[in-house]
Amino acid sequence: MSAALTDLDLSPVWLSIKLASVTTLILLLIAIPLAWFITSRQRRWKSALTALATLPLVLPPSVLGFYMLMLLGSNGPLGQLSQQLGLGSLAFTFPGLVIASIIYSFPFALQPLQNAFEAIGRRPLEAAATLRASPLDCFLTVVLPLARPGILTAAVLSFAHTIGEFGVILMIGGNIPGETRVLSVAIYDHVEALEYQQAYLLSGGMLVFSFLVLFLLHYLNGAAGRHTLTTAPLAAANGRDSSR
Amino acid sequence: MSAIELDFTLARGNFQLQVATDIPARGVTALFGPSGSGKTTLLRCIAGLEQADSGRLRVNGEIWQGEGINLPVHRRALGYVFQESSLFSHLDVRRNLLYGLKRTPATERRIPFAEAVQLLNLEALLELRPQQLSGGQRQRAAIARALLSSPKLLLMDEPMASLDLQGKAEILPYLDSIHERLQIPVIYVSHSPEEVVRIADHMLLLDNGRVQANGALNQLLTRTDLPLAHLDEACAVVDGEIVEHDRQYHLTYLAVAGGKLAISQLAKPIGHRARIRILARDVSLARQPAQQSSIINVLPVQVAAIEPSHDPAKLLLKLDMGGDFMLAQITAKSAALLALQCGEQVYAQVKSVALMR
Repeated sequence: MSAALTDLDLSPVWLSIKLASVTTLILLLIAIPLAWFITSRQRRWKSALTALATLPLVLPPSVLGFYMLMLLGSNGPLGQLSQQLGLGSLAFTFPGLVIASIIYSFPFALQPLQNAFEAIGRRPLEAAATLRASPLDCFLTVVLPLARPGILTAAVLSFAHTIGEFGVILMIGGNIPGETRVLSVAIYDHVEALEYQQAYLLSGGMLVFSFLVLFLLHYLNGAAGRHTLTTAPLAAANGRDSSR
Repeated sequence: MSAIELDFTLARGNFQLQVATDIPARGVTALFGPSGSGKTTLLRCIAGLEQADSGRLRVNGEIWQGEGINLPVHRRALGYVFQESSLFSHLDVRRNLLYGLKRTPATERRIPFAEAVQLLNLEALLELRPQQLSGGQRQRAAIARALLSSPKLLLMDEPMASLDLQGKAEILPYLDSIHERLQIPVIYVSHSPEEVVRIADHMLLLDNGRVQANGALNQLLTRTDLPLAHLDEACAVVDGEIVEHDRQYHLTYLAVAGGKLAISQLAKPIGHRARIRILARDVSLARQPAQQSSIINVLPVQVAAIEPSHDPAKLLLKLDMGGDFMLAQITAKSAALLALQCGEQVYAQVKSVALMR
């Protein structure tokens, strides 16, 4: 066991975390405005855009990975572009993984954001407008703070989903140590090589990590819920106050 | 120039709003009508929250909409109080109040923070979250927040609709003090006659998207061709000025159009303006001022109209007090016995008078 521990190559762990962090950050930057755009659109547009954005949810990862490979590979349109820019092919590289992960995790960021934005409703926006707030001002000072639980959920889900990604990565990234060999791929490798102890350790770590993420998610959401719960008796007390 | 000039046309499904009229840019104008008559839609058009198919709006000569201009909501110097709480739940009361104030250029600020807080009695609530307030407290905070953006026009959409009786009783005095202390024209949507009678100076009656009538409160309440005069609670509202206190009998005398009326003693100085309500069913008529009667409020009036009421035994009379009007509900039999005719001088005996504000 101790031998396995010292032999254990932890670089896939750090690579996974790096990939998930970068992906989550970029994803939020894209998904927040897009979710807001979709929310404020007409019904027909909303349905089409939402369907497109949730497509990665139902496609098998290998299908997605295949399309990504075709898109990012040296003959693909994005691959050609990156080559012309002197960046080389995107397939089997870390940036390629980031692009694939963003698309793969997109629905997990978009859905909670969209739900959060829709739950706000029209009233706070109208109130802000009558208080002289421009639409952008209102988005920054009213919409984003009110959607905070949704943004948090989107971030946690995107992060966790990217960490757990396997099929797409195998298709687009292969298995290059330090570049594309992330945690899930490393575990697969260890099992292939019958290195069950390493596989156990990494899988166990993944299990604990996943539990912690979900715990955090529910705890944070629960904290938001509890806030209104604990204040309910206070509000009642205030109501009594005013009756005096 | 001192007017709010409206002209809005809008079609939504079966509903059509077509309103072109002027209302005074001072005091409280009630937008009154049954539900579905377009009151809220018109208010939202004025605010710019609803885009009319065609619209023109001038407030005190300033064009807000029309002639190639269409100011977005946030560029209209208005305050809007919604039916139910619209406070931002992520901010405490203080920061809710400051939201509009911070966005109002310093040169346009006319109501200091402390004054609004004091006017609506919010000192004790400043650090609380909206979720911790009662319905009445929330609406008070919402009103203060609207005032702090120094509006040139305050729009209120049934601000008491979501409140229980106690909540309403809690808000009303504050509405009166806004009226007394601040010179902001208010457009107030309501479908409750009691609210209108208490709050409004002017009324715009809407029916099915169109203007049914537009005028001073007293005039519209007493117009026998409008539904208000035919309510069971039909009444006239008369504004008057305190001229005398009778300490021995605990009475206060108000000078109104056509004479003086006694009300229960009111602890306000001579010269204070008060509003009273006279129910149609509390008014009886006599050819001569009664010599021996318990009724002390008797005014000479001229019969302006005699109309049938929904009860065939009764008639509705409109009486000219000399500028202001009141209503009287009397039996058809008494009208026949007195041989009352339009244009005649008679005496109105007012059995009871209620103080409104």
